[in-house]
Amino acid sequence: MSDKKYIILGLIIFVVIVTFPLWYNRGKAAPAPDLILTEAAKAAKVCVRSTDYMKAEHMQLLDVWRDTVVRRGARIYVSPDGKEYNMSLSNTCLDCHSNKAEFCDRCHNYASVRPYCWDCHIDNPKEKT
Amino acid sequence: MDSSRRRVLQLFGISSLALMTKPVLNAFAKEEKLTEEQPVVLKDAANALKAEQWAMVIDTREFESEDDFEPLIEACHQIHNVPHLENKRHEIKWIWGTHYHSAFPGKAARFLSEEVEHRPYLVLCNHCENPPCVRACPTRATWKRESDGIVLMDFHRCIGCRFCMAACPFGARSFNYRDPRPFIVQTNKAYPTRMKGVVEKCNFCAERLAVGQMPACVEVSEGKLTFGDLYDPASEVRELIRANYTIRRKQQLGTEPSVYYIV
Repeated sequence: MSDKKYIILGLIIFVVIVTFPLWYNRGKAAPAPDLILTEAAKAAKVCVRSTDYMKAEHMQLLDVWRDTVVRRGARIYVSPDGKEYNMSLSNTCLDCHSNKAEFCDRCHNYASVRPYCWDCHIDNPKEKT
Repeated sequence: MDSSRRRVLQLFGISSLALMTKPVLNAFAKEEKLTEEQPVVLKDAANALKAEQWAMVIDTREFESEDDFEPLIEACHQIHNVPHLENKRHEIKWIWGTHYHSAFPGKAARFLSEEVEHRPYLVLCNHCENPPCVRACPTRATWKRESDGIVLMDFHRCIGCRFCMAACPFGARSFNYRDPRPFIVQTNKAYPTRMKGVVEKCNFCAERLAVGQMPACVEVSEGKLTFGDLYDPASEVRELIRANYTIRRKQQLGTEPSVYYIV
């Protein structure tokens, strides 16, 4: 047991290195981004589902929309409150949320997710070419 | 290891305790459900056009030169954001003109009417009833829609293997060797573009049929192209096929093309 002090020292160094990112970045967490709603979105008050649902589940919703439109050919989404929407990212979602940079991108950048929707789907249908 | 009776009983006890932890873990694992489980309805638009098998009849007698195709090609390519690439090897085309021997190889009689031989022929995806491209696709990114017989593409799923291009006997499919966006002359904001590495082709304007409109080429053709349900005996296409002698491309291959040509 004569190496005890080396082992303890090594363990301490190991723990310090492993936890380095935790204590180094302590208190420096980036604040959650503020999303800006467009006037159209404010006026509409509700999205196709409740805000909480959209915050948590919009990716699943879009996935269902994608498969339904592309593979089944159905294009109308009837929300729980009975309103009908055309299932289209560019033409429905971004018609209201026409500020992609301040709405979609802010949160996606914060969460470090890089959806590749925009490789094909056009950002903003209202923008002039 | 000491294998006394006491030890064995202890092991049994601990094992039965371990068996009881699963429901407890499940209870913890159950995530908090935000979502109100309301049923949502996904449906077609009321004015969507429906058919058992969409088909097109092209009256080739009405076309004098390839210039007559220009407005049709232009309308299609503009609506679908088809890029215009000069390089023939990178070219993307959904609908285009070709000459008789390319459109109908092996169909030429000796001393064929020169008028028929030199007439231009408009070609596009035939939306075959037995599409070989669909069988070739390893990811089911292309499939024949049961509801109306259109051979569709899911660009999300396409991995760009180009098996479908090899399988298609009509060359109806094009591959995006380059990012198409810089080559789109005028972007239609209502329709997505494609990205580098996917195959694309004519979709019989499925997105227009869904909102009650005829395909773009049919709309601008002023009656030279007719579109309708092949299995509806009263449809306009059936009327034309009955009244005129029509041919189809490479019929001997058994793919059953849905585009008919009046010659």
